[in-house]
Amino acid sequence: MLKSLLFLSTILICASGIGEAQATVRIEQSDLHGPRALPEQTRAAVIRDYLQSWQTLRSALEQNRSDLVARSFVGTAKDKLTETIGQQSALGIKTNYQDRSHDIQIIFYSPDGLSIELTDKVEYDVQLFDHDRVKTIQHIIARYVIVLTPAEVQWRVRVFQAAGE
Amino acid sequence: MRFRLLFLPCVMAAAMMQPVLSQSTSMSLPTSVEAGKAFSIPIAGSGKATLYIIGLGQVLKRDVQLGQTTSFPAGSLYNAGRYLAVLAVDSSTQSGEFDILPVNKPTGLSLLVRPSRLPVGLHDGITGAVYIFDAYHNLITAPTHISFELSGPSGGAQQRSMDTKDGSAWTSMDSTGQQGVDRFVARVGDISSNRVVSQVPGDPCGLKMTARQSGQKLLLATDPVRDCNGNAVSDGTIITFTESFGGGQSTVDVPLKHGVAEAQLTNHNGATISVASGIVLGNQIHWKN
Repeated sequence: MLKSLLFLSTILICASGIGEAQATVRIEQSDLHGPRALPEQTRAAVIRDYLQSWQTLRSALEQNRSDLVARSFVGTAKDKLTETIGQQSALGIKTNYQDRSHDIQIIFYSPDGLSIELTDKVEYDVQLFDHDRVKTIQHIIARYVIVLTPAEVQWRVRVFQAAGE
Repeated sequence: MRFRLLFLPCVMAAAMMQPVLSQSTSMSLPTSVEAGKAFSIPIAGSGKATLYIIGLGQVLKRDVQLGQTTSFPAGSLYNAGRYLAVLAVDSSTQSGEFDILPVNKPTGLSLLVRPSRLPVGLHDGITGAVYIFDAYHNLITAPTHISFELSGPSGGAQQRSMDTKDGSAWTSMDSTGQQGVDRFVARVGDISSNRVVSQVPGDPCGLKMTARQSGQKLLLATDPVRDCNGNAVSDGTIITFTESFGGGQSTVDVPLKHGVAEAQLTNHNGATISVASGIVLGNQIHWKN
């Protein structure tokens, strides 16, 4: 119980890239509906790689570089982000996604150990540039559902989708 | 507190960068739209503007006429997620958010069944995990009824059903007592996905040998080797015969052939002969000429 409470209250500070901006990260106690226990090392690796994916998407979308996407994304998530970058590029648009806070909970570890699903109530700012002119900055709060699968040396995001509350 | 301090400059910057459009200019956004469906955004006012729809899944940009409804035909937005709509008139902007939701009709199942090959009679030996997707490869996060079935060569079937949670579901089933090919099926509505699971015999059960003399040799042979469910153990399985005599020991490993194992050992009167397969021990014979 004490361990759970300690875990629940764990707040990590995550360097999130450009400038002074840092995202706060809160890890909720896992509410797994799978049969497989989640080792602590795996939990830490998944969260680390997921948070890294926000930096990856930020870099890729603000530079319109689809070649960066594969660092953290695979499958459907990779395809969709690549498509978005292609659309931005064609329209002369760039976007800057700056994550501000994460509230993460791991909800499913598949029996075979080959996928992990988590939810994240994330707050982030979106900055829109049209031909390098800033159009707006907006603050967004959304609940994301994320599925990660293991790759060679890291977990990669396979599903990355904001879901209605 | 640190977060608030960091975030404050961004909010202030955003406020400074977003002159409010005149009150007569406004857009009415839907709260949510089903992926792939047509939708429209009525925009009040007069003059021309640019409308941006920004998301991690798609980006759109339209020149719009204020005072008219901007229509987006079916198929315009199909990647589920949160979208930001930004209406820009010169240096002024107005914005809002809406969601593109997955179509609540599954068209794709991502099914992983493990293992693909296992011994018969294992409790919860087979697991299946599934994620369900719509036609646009969006994860369907709304609870959706799903059923799993494992059917064996004898026709008997195990069934489980449940609702998905955030797009995923899993189950476990027992491998049956009969060797052969089983079919594991996940079904949602009128779509299904299936995998083949091969059930092989388990460890030998009731391993028994007989011995007979042939000149200076002992001929050893097992009875047909079967598992505890009566399935013939696969040819190639190693059977070990051991003869102990006068403080010495000799061992012969032979593979099963046509369901039995045969070996020749030296005939020693008073020897003890045993048979085993892996950790499964069979009978012992105390040989007397």
